[in-house]
Formats: sequence, C-alpha cells, structure tokens
Amino acid sequence: MDKAQLLLSLAVAMFAIGMVGVIIRRNVLVMLMCMELMLNGVNLSLVTFAHQSGTTVGAVLVFLIFVVATAEIAIAIPIVLMLVKRKQTLDPAAYTDLKG
Amino acid sequence: MQALTLIVILPLVGFLINGLAGNKLGQKAVAVIGCGLPILSFAITVSMFMLLMQTGEARIETVYTWATVGETSFEIALYFDRLSAVMTLIVTGIGSLIHIYSIGYMKEDASFARFFAYLNLFLFFMLLLVLGRSLLVMFVGWEGVGLASYLLIGFWFEDPVNAKAGKKAFITNRVGDAGFLIGMFLLYNALGTLDLDRINSAFLAGPVAVSASLVGVFLFIGATGKSAQIPLHVWLPDAMAGPTPVSALIHAATMVTAGVYMIARLNGLYLHAPEASTLVAWVGAATAFFAATVAIVQTDIKKVLAYSTVSQLGFMFVALGVGAYGVAVFHLLTHAFFKACLFLGAGSVIHALSGEQDIRKMGGLAKRIPVTFWTFAIATGAIAGLPPLSGFFSKDEILWFALASERGGSVALMAVMAVTALMTAFYMFRLLWLTFMGASRMDHEVEHHVHESPFSMTGVLMVLAALAAVGGFIPIPHFLEPIAPLPKTLESMQAYHVPLIGLAIALGVAGLVAAAFVYRGDLALPKRLRESFSGLHALLSGKYFIDELYENLIQRPLHWISEKVFLNFGDRRLFDGTLNGMARLANASGGVLARVQTGSLHLYILLVMIGSFLALVWSWAHG
Repeated sequence: MDKAQLLLSLAVAMFAIGMVGVIIRRNVLVMLMCMELMLNGVNLSLVTFAHQSGTTVGAVLVFLIFVVATAEIAIAIPIVLMLVKRKQTLDPAAYTDLKG
Repeated sequence: MQALTLIVILPLVGFLINGLAGNKLGQKAVAVIGCGLPILSFAITVSMFMLLMQTGEARIETVYTWATVGETSFEIALYFDRLSAVMTLIVTGIGSLIHIYSIGYMKEDASFARFFAYLNLFLFFMLLLVLGRSLLVMFVGWEGVGLASYLLIGFWFEDPVNAKAGKKAFITNRVGDAGFLIGMFLLYNALGTLDLDRINSAFLAGPVAVSASLVGVFLFIGATGKSAQIPLHVWLPDAMAGPTPVSALIHAATMVTAGVYMIARLNGLYLHAPEASTLVAWVGAATAFFAATVAIVQTDIKKVLAYSTVSQLGFMFVALGVGAYGVAVFHLLTHAFFKACLFLGAGSVIHALSGEQDIRKMGGLAKRIPVTFWTFAIATGAIAGLPPLSGFFSKDEILWFALASERGGSVALMAVMAVTALMTAFYMFRLLWLTFMGASRMDHEVEHHVHESPFSMTGVLMVLAALAAVGGFIPIPHFLEPIAPLPKTLESMQAYHVPLIGLAIALGVAGLVAAAFVYRGDLALPKRLRESFSGLHALLSGKYFIDELYENLIQRPLHWISEKVFLNFGDRRLFDGTLNGMARLANASGGVLARVQTGSLHLYILLVMIGSFLALVWSWAHG
C-alpha cells in the first residue's frame, strides 16, 4: 500500500466517522465537531489527489475551504449558544417546536 | 334653486341639521329649525298654489337625470298640478301644525332632537311621494315614508313591544310594495315610461299593450299595504305604539292616504280598469265595515282612533272604486283635518292623565280640560257626519256616489257604507262620552295631576278644530274636475239625492243618541250588553283574530321552514357540513404528511446521506 492509498483510506475513515457521529450523537457541539471531521476528511482527499497529480490548485482550494469553514463555525457556535441559553440543553430533539 | 325643489329639500335640511347636530343645539334651536323649515315649505307651497291658480298650468321641474337607458331616461322630476297641490298643502300645512304641537308634547323627552329629525325626514319623503312626476320617484318617497314610519313607531325602542310594532309595520308594507313594483314593471314594459301624466294620457288615448285591470290590481295591492286595507291592515293599530303626534301625522293625516293619492293620481288608468275598480270599492267597503265594528269595543283611546282611521280610509277607497276620485281626495282632506285634531286631542288627554290611555279609566274630563274637550267634540262631530261640519259633506258625497255612480255604484254598496257611517258616529260618540262625560273613573293619583296642555298644543288643536268645522266648504271635487272628472250618476237614482242627505244626517244623530243613551250614567247598560253578547264581544275585541290567523297561517310555517329546512338542514348541515368536511379533510391529510416531519435532526441527516449515496450510485451507473 503506497502513501496515497493510505491517505485516501484515512480520508474515507474520517468522513465515515464524522458522518456516523452526526447521525447518532445527541450533542449539538459534538455534531458540529463531527461535521468538521467530515469536512477535513474531504480536505485530506483533496490534498492527496492534488499531490498525486502534481498541481497546487487542490492545496490552494483547501486553504479557501478552511477560511469558509472557520466563518461557518463562527456563526454556528453562537447560534448553539443562544439555543442552549433558551432551553438549557444541547440535545437537538428539544428544538422540535415547529413539528406539526 | 327652483321653488318645487326647495319645498322638498327644506325638510331634508332640517333632518340633516337636527339629526347630525341636534344634541348640541339645545331644545330651542332644535324646535326652531324643526318647525321653521316645514313652515317655510308650507309658505312656498302656498305661493306656488297662487301661481298655479293664476296660470292654470301644471308645473314640471326636472331636478336630476337619474339614469339614461337607451332612448328613455329616468329623471327625478317634480310635478305640481291641482291634485299634487292639494296634497302638498295638506302635507306641509298639517305637518307644520303637528310639528308645532310636538314642541309641547315631546318637551320632556330625552330624544327631542331625534324626534324632530325623524319628523322632518318623513316630510321630505312624503313631499317626494306627492310631488314626484314618475312612479319611480313616488316609489322612492313611498319606501322613504315607510322607513320614517318604522323609525317613529319604534321611537321608544327601549320597549321591545314598540320595536316589534315598528317591524310589523315595515314588513307588512313590504308585502304591498311587491305588488306596487310588479305594477310598475308591467306599466314600464307596456308604455316605456313611468311618468304619471304620460301613463294617464296613454290609457285615455286608446288601447294599451297591458290590461289596465291587471296593473290596477297590482298597484292596489301596494295601496292596501300603505293605506291599511284588508288584508294588510294589521300593522296600523299596532303602529299606535309611536308618540301621539306621529300617529296624527303619519298614521292618520298623511302617509296612510298615500294609497288613495296614488289611485287618484292614476285615475286615467283606473277609469279603464272596471274590474280593478270594483275590487277597490268592495275591499274598501269591507275594510270600512269591519274596522268600524272593531272600533266599537276597543278600550284604548288611540286604538279606537286607529281603527276609525282604517275605516275612514275604506270610505276613501269606496269613492275611488266608484270613480269619484275628487270625492276621495275631498274626504282625504277633511279626514286629515278632523283625524289630526282627534289624535292630537287624544295626545292632550294622555298628556293630561300622565300617560293613561285606557278610556275605562277616564271620564268627566270635559270640565277639567275644556279646550281639549271642545276641539275633540267638534272633530268627533265632523267624523260622525253632523252638518255643517266637514265630515258631513265628504261622507255624504261618498254615500251618494256609492249609490248612484255609473261606475259601480249600487244599493248594496251604499247600504254597507250607511251602516258603517252609523257605527262610526256611535263609536266616536262612545269615545267622547267615556273620555269626557259622566263621572270620573280615574285613579286618585292621576286625577290629582290633571292639567290642560300648554298653548303650543291647545293652539294647534283650535286651528285644527276650526278647519275640521269649516273644511267641508272647500269644494275639492269641483276644484279637481279638470284632472279627475266626477262620474255620471244613474238617472234612476236622481230622486234619492236629497233624501240621502237626510239619511246621512239621521245616521250621525242616531249614532250620537245611541251612544249617549248606552254610555250614560253608571255604565250598567254597556256591561249588560257585553255580557249578553259575550261571544260577539270576544270576536270583536279580538279583532276577528286576524293577527292570530296570520300567525298560524304565515308566521308559524315560515318559522318552521326557517328552522328545520334553512337553519338545520341548509345552514348547519349543508353549508357548515361542507366547510367542516373540507377542514377535516385538510386536517387528516396534514396529519398523514406531518409524520414525515419527525423533527429528528439525525433522521434528516441520515436520509440526506442515503439520498446522496443513491444519487452517486445512480450517476455512476449511468455515467
């Protein structure tokens, strides 16, 4: 198994762990962290493919994604904080007020 | 502004001022405006009347073009000829007098301004009715006076009885109005115009595309509503729930004669409608007779006068039915004088007795309120037909034409009217005797407070009594001859002309003597009579149970249908059921669809992932 295969397996594993985490965990913060894990799994695969093809475009794109992800988290965390302030819990099942 | 328009508009101005700002103006200003404008109207009417006498030409004023449909246009036009001149004089003249009387009568009432506003509104519509050139304008006035009548009958609406009487008057009139409308449609369909003068000349000129009798009967149905003839007479006695000046103005002198005026106005049509005329005559005779019998046993002073009004209107319709239109208007005029005087006199009595209306609790008032007594007595003599008071002349003419007119006069008709005239004299003198003569039967408390009315009331009574006394010398039938010629009389009856006058006098005197004999002393005789004819008495004081008949025949079935068919089936089951069913359907389908929206974030993510995965697989497979 060469280096690229190893890295891609790692990327797939990170994505899968993140996805399972989002689906099964009942803590909003953990879910956010798992989402980051998924994102970084994708990033890793992007960098790997870029390295393999010998271009720098993929690496540059990853930096752009980092910036966007940071901004996204900067909004997501305050929203979570506000929600927690209201209901004193991190369980997303508590926020089903609009359910018919 | 043109003069006729001004006559009509002035009371409307009074209505607007008193109706909108009356409460802020204070009683004095309200009275000045409320009475001043009708008096001004009357003054203009008099000057227009003088002008009419000089020129002799009918005056037409077009106020406004309402609508233009193809070739024809509907105009609000006013028409002033001899007939409408007489009516306008009665309406504004008697109307002004009753307005003045009301100042004293309504002094204590909290809704003083509202009362005058309504009275002025009534005058406006009544003037529109009598001055309107076309049936359409007349109909607007016709409905308007109905509205004013409704408002004034229910003037003291806090008492549900009064409000109910107002509704009854309005609804009963609607039945008649339907007939009036159908008559109008038929006329417009056949002639293409609704102008009264054109309708008359069209019928006089020759054959018309519609049966005059058919139109005549439909219009007469309208007249039975407004003028309280059988079978739509039931509202008028109940209308006495209104203040007494209203009863005098609307339910005796002016509004209820609208039907008489309408038929007299359309005499060209009715001359060519012998069947309709016969119906008019006999319905009038029947109404006159039955109303008179009921009036004999009534115990409420205003109810007696109400039935007497119904009966006298019957007299007028008899005159109309035999083609003596001028005579009908003559009786309309004299009736306006003496009946207004009687009602206002009754109002004065009620005022003096602090609201008591039961004649069994009166008696002996002649010396206590002498002005009221004497004016009431003169008016009673007039209605009973004692010469030389006004009622004698008009009633004698009606009897004569009922007997001898070539257009449907007969001995039978005359006999019914003669008996009715006798009953009229009897019940009126009974009323006079029970109210003013004999010993007092008043409550002690009431008797203590008896007082003559203020001059604003007694003055009006004196003027009306004077008119009731000499009004018979106004030669109305002759005056109206150019518009409505009197019918020819049968040769064979000429010999009875003079004896008939003797008969008329004899009937009046007989009524007087009989009433004086029966109701003298301690009233033992009427009590004995009542006991020995108890069945008849119950029938009469129950007013032939016509109200009960209508209730069982019309009101109950209507109520039943409304409740069972329209409310329970139609409204509740059909409409509400459909709507509720649709709502339930939406609710149920929503419930099913709502299950998809679990609110569980994890499930959503799982589904998104599965979806993405399937999309990837699909794109790979089809790549």
